[in-house]
Amino acid sequence: FYLTPPQVNSILKANEYSFKVPEFDGKNVSSVLGFDSNQLPANAPIEDRRSAATCLQTRGMLLGVFDGHAGCACAQAVSERLFYYIAVSLLPHETLLEIENAVESGRALLPILQWHKHPNDYFSKEASKLYFSSLRTYWQELIDLNSGETTDVKEALINAFKRLDNDISLEAQVGDPNSFLNYLVLRVAFSGATACVAHVDGVDLHIANTGDSRAMLGVQEEDGSWSAVNLSYDHNAQNEHEVERVKMEHPKSEEKSLVKQDRLLGLLMPFRAFGDVKFKWSIELQKRVVESGPDQLNDNEYTKFIPPNYHTPPYLTAEPEVIHHKLRPQDKFLVLATDGLWETMHRQDVARIVGEYLTGVHHQQPIAVGGYKVTLGQMHGLLTERRARISSVFEDQNAATHLIRHAVGNNEFGTVDHERLSKMLSLPEELARMYRDDITIIVVQFNSHVIGACQNEE
Amino acid sequence: AAGMFLRLLSDVRWRAANPKWRRMTCSRRSTSSTAEPHPVSLPAQAQVVICGGGIMGTSVAYHLSKMGWKDIVLLEQGRLAAGTTRFCAGIVSTARHVSIELKMADYSNKLYQQLEQETGVKTGYVKTGSISLAQTQDRLISLKRVASSLNVMGIPCEIITPKQVAQLHPLINIHDLVGAMYVPEDALVSSANVSLALATAASRNGVQIHERTSVSHVSVQKGRVTGVETDRGQIQCQYFINCAGQWAYELGHSGEEPVNIPLHACEHFYLLTHPLKEPLASNLPTIVDPDGRIYIRNWQGGILSGGFEKNPKPLFTEGRNQLEIQNLQEDWDHFEPLLSALLRRMPDLEALQIMQLVNCPESFTPDMRCIMGESPTVRGYFVLAGMNSAGISYGGGAGKYLAEWMVNGYPSENVWPLDLKRFGTLQSSRTFLRHRVMEVMPLMCDLKVPRWDFQTGRQLRTSPLYDRLDAQGARWMEKHGFERVKYFVPPGKDLLDLDQSKTFYKPDWFDIVGSEVKCCKEAVCVIDMSSFTKFEISSTGDQALENLQYLFSNDLDVPVGHVVHTGMLNEKGGYENDCSIARLSKRSFFMISPTDQQVHCWAWLKNRLPDDSTLTMEDVTWKYTALNLIGPRAVDVLSELSYAPITPEHFPSLFCKEMSVGYANGIRVMSITHTGEPGFMLYIPIEYALHVYNEVMNMGQKYGIRNAGYYALRSLRIEKFFAFWGQDLDAFTTPMECGREFQVKLEKGMQFVGQEALLEQKQNGVYKRFTMFILEDHDTDMDLWPWWGEPIFRNGRYVGKTTSSAYSYTLERHVCLGFVQHFDEKTGEQLVVTTDFINQGEYEIDIAGQRFQAKAKLYPFSSLFTHRRRKDEVELSGYQRE
Repeated sequence: FYLTPPQVNSILKANEYSFKVPEFDGKNVSSVLGFDSNQLPANAPIEDRRSAATCLQTRGMLLGVFDGHAGCACAQAVSERLFYYIAVSLLPHETLLEIENAVESGRALLPILQWHKHPNDYFSKEASKLYFSSLRTYWQELIDLNSGETTDVKEALINAFKRLDNDISLEAQVGDPNSFLNYLVLRVAFSGATACVAHVDGVDLHIANTGDSRAMLGVQEEDGSWSAVNLSYDHNAQNEHEVERVKMEHPKSEEKSLVKQDRLLGLLMPFRAFGDVKFKWSIELQKRVVESGPDQLNDNEYTKFIPPNYHTPPYLTAEPEVIHHKLRPQDKFLVLATDGLWETMHRQDVARIVGEYLTGVHHQQPIAVGGYKVTLGQMHGLLTERRARISSVFEDQNAATHLIRHAVGNNEFGTVDHERLSKMLSLPEELARMYRDDITIIVVQFNSHVIGACQNEE
Repeated sequence: AAGMFLRLLSDVRWRAANPKWRRMTCSRRSTSSTAEPHPVSLPAQAQVVICGGGIMGTSVAYHLSKMGWKDIVLLEQGRLAAGTTRFCAGIVSTARHVSIELKMADYSNKLYQQLEQETGVKTGYVKTGSISLAQTQDRLISLKRVASSLNVMGIPCEIITPKQVAQLHPLINIHDLVGAMYVPEDALVSSANVSLALATAASRNGVQIHERTSVSHVSVQKGRVTGVETDRGQIQCQYFINCAGQWAYELGHSGEEPVNIPLHACEHFYLLTHPLKEPLASNLPTIVDPDGRIYIRNWQGGILSGGFEKNPKPLFTEGRNQLEIQNLQEDWDHFEPLLSALLRRMPDLEALQIMQLVNCPESFTPDMRCIMGESPTVRGYFVLAGMNSAGISYGGGAGKYLAEWMVNGYPSENVWPLDLKRFGTLQSSRTFLRHRVMEVMPLMCDLKVPRWDFQTGRQLRTSPLYDRLDAQGARWMEKHGFERVKYFVPPGKDLLDLDQSKTFYKPDWFDIVGSEVKCCKEAVCVIDMSSFTKFEISSTGDQALENLQYLFSNDLDVPVGHVVHTGMLNEKGGYENDCSIARLSKRSFFMISPTDQQVHCWAWLKNRLPDDSTLTMEDVTWKYTALNLIGPRAVDVLSELSYAPITPEHFPSLFCKEMSVGYANGIRVMSITHTGEPGFMLYIPIEYALHVYNEVMNMGQKYGIRNAGYYALRSLRIEKFFAFWGQDLDAFTTPMECGREFQVKLEKGMQFVGQEALLEQKQNGVYKRFTMFILEDHDTDMDLWPWWGEPIFRNGRYVGKTTSSAYSYTLERHVCLGFVQHFDEKTGEQLVVTTDFINQGEYEIDIAGQRFQAKAKLYPFSSLFTHRRRKDEVELSGYQRE
């Protein structure tokens, strides 16, 4: 059976979200025009997460995609918490003090982030207290550390990633008297998540990446065509530097067992991730925690299983690789996406499809009648056909949705094939994961005028 | 492409009658070989210099020279009729919605018809007729309204059935039509040839025409035109006419003293085909299919079809001058919707071969009406441009009116709707124009429903209370760039969205406005009327009073603190402005005029007040927020807020006092409401606006105060027979004709402008009379609503048109205001209109072809006023002499 086009659209659009930065909010003009995001599940429930927020106490905007594995708990926790850790890392000393004083005296807290969330993007209510107290401990340490130096964004990102992963690990070790929470923190720690996060402030774009999601910049060349620039490196077996790094961190005796079948210890695809304490803790610690943990954990074969050739943990880190890029007027948009997209589409195609979607320009040669004999009817037929070709663009009000439509529905000629799209979307839950992965996409559109103006100022 | 257009022009076989003329044509033909492009040198001076040799420039030259002005030079940067004029479709159509536009088109048609005979130049004039199709009932109503207007003007016109359409035109698919309007006398012309014919006639009359001469800027001294600079030297002149079409904006801004001409070009596409197998007859009617957004005319045995798409492409926003419009790129994908509409309308054309898609820029204006008249800032600088793609239809009439304007001081018709002075500098932003014309161009084909508001270029001028009012459910309209409240949507109530509320019938806000009106009648309402134009005129001595006494018809030598309603009349006694003037002190006056008077009134006074440093006039519009407190409890609210006695003894009607309201001091309070209801206008320095508004609303709560908008105001003033300038009153209406003799002081001991004309009218009677009509057999729920411009019939004969209308919630009837004339039954000559003539007639109002009985009244219902009115209300005293 086939899904009708409206059915297809309702599936594709179920999770789409758009945010437009107010053109002039009275304070500053943003280099970001807005963003579109969307996700299409293959797992049930989906294991990808996404986040977007505007920093309120510092400048800039944060956007990120998180690809979970072995469940969605870790990705969920990271999507809720990571931006707070980043924002806090970026805060100047005085603001930290102010916030701490407010908490101390029970006054209202300065808002740190303004979230831009789809209704389906939830925050866990139960864990918020626990998360908050961990975060508070972090900023208290930052206050004590007071280096007096201005915060470097790159450093802040790295610190935030590492700190959050550390907190996830600690919370699981300490446990929680509340049994629900106790189980939750363990699930978070035993599952894993990659993260690809962008911080945009004026012309400064930082990408912090841990794992195999990817950030890609869409650049419009002078002739109007589109090209792609990678702003992150995949942390997996295809990345020679990553393989090299892992080998450097462990004794030569393990060299052969470290990477097997393109996986870390023959098990894990990403070479960096949050959570996944099975690749981080010592065997003793793992055993102790699992044994003292709730029954559900004990019954789970996966958590009990110790990876083979596990000699010198940790094998895995959450430390991101940070790339800094100065935005130029020709940099029109940024795509953050989980590997579900990049498996199906080449980045060059992504750049072209999004670019053409955003500019509304389709590289169709204009028609000229010239000296040919053309009747009105022929011309009409030709024009209707051309219109149909681009009409799929107009079906989507969201660049991320448009990209998913192509990723799932593209035929060998690179155009959306409704039949294929319908088939792919009507796969039963248990089969879907075999044909495609969860896809999560954020497309950030830049304001070239603002970027041009910033450049001129500098 | 060029070859094709030579063909378009190929039937030009004009003989040059004037030797000067011929030399120029010779030089044109030999441009490639000879280096002698300008055999005739420019004159050093002329009375008039016209810039632009398209249909507008040549038409003005033609008419000026006909009226006896001979010392005229016409300059064209490229070749005559080579711009938009050359490319335009050549359709002369009289089916227009605005009455003055209709008159211009009618005159043009008659002019073109005899032009060939007059000049010997072939104009390609063919009387084909035109058929406007309706695919919907609403469209048919719209066409019927136009048909009513055409019929009373004596232009043959009828509403026909789809079957009749098929009989008139063999190719039309009529299956989706509900009706059509047929105008048999509409015509086709070769627009370039019409322009050349006008040029030829003008040239014979002595007008010098110079091609390939471009004006770089206009020189101005002391606010007057003194000459023009061209690439071929200087010409001194008294008058300059900017007929530069889509370049008019740029030319206006080229001089030191910029003249704002708000127009912007958009690309316009039309299609030309090869002839049909059986070539179309040259007299086949032109088809206008507004629902399909297209027009179709016969062209050399094939067709010419273009339209006004929903997504126009504005161009030259940054201004790019070029000698002649090059053939811009054809954009077939852009044309696709129009081509689909064409093939849907004429399916048999499928096999017809395409010749070309023509891209020809047209200029559009912010309100879809053309621009003519004198600059408010530079005297002697006239403008005629911005034809919104109807240049050929308007060309003749527009040229005539402008020529009359220059020669006689004013045209023979009221052209205020087209007057350049209806705009201010605020409409000159390129961003505004670009956005607005993108809305205007599609509007050409959209339904013209009552109370349409533009959506683009909004929130430009706002009251300081804008956000407060908006948060309380205000719905906005715009006048002269100023946001004004129409009405307030009560919380929890949702109106239909914009598209659905477009109706010729009872609108969805009916009950909302009704409750606002009720509140004005029974309690008190606040209306923000800050958009009013406000001037302060003062002097060190008596100069202010003396000059104003001369310029205004009523007696302004009143005690300090009095407010006077008065007209600002022209020589013929007509209203140039209708205003209220408060005497603030012996030597200073505060003048309040309608919103759209800001530019016109300023220019009028500036030009007439002596250039005297002891006499100052200041535009203080932006300095004051105006709140209108209407209703019987207004007095209670105000007295509680000011701790001052506001009883009629202390504060009679038509009084002005500076007082404190709440904490704020220096509020000018006037006992007028512009509606005939009791209440006050508060003129509040803007920094106090929010405070005073909050105080009024808080204090007013116990008296049941609420916000109201202009729709309520309109209903109130129309049922009270209050005329508004710009709507009911214009430069061709005198106080005598609208029952306002009491606002004229004929014997005030000194002369004033318009006095003689008024005295003459007083003696001999008037030829039209402002009358109030109450619709009798009109069902508010079921029948079409009147708007304005509906023909009035007396004993079955046409006597005039309505100028405004509103539903009166008090009378529970529709009220129309309008002018009644008296035409001699045999000769059609205008006769004096007497009270008896008005009273002794049976009246009908024609709404889209349907006639409704109406009762005529020359005075408002007194019963409406006794209702809770203060005895000494003098605001209305004039009306109560009945």
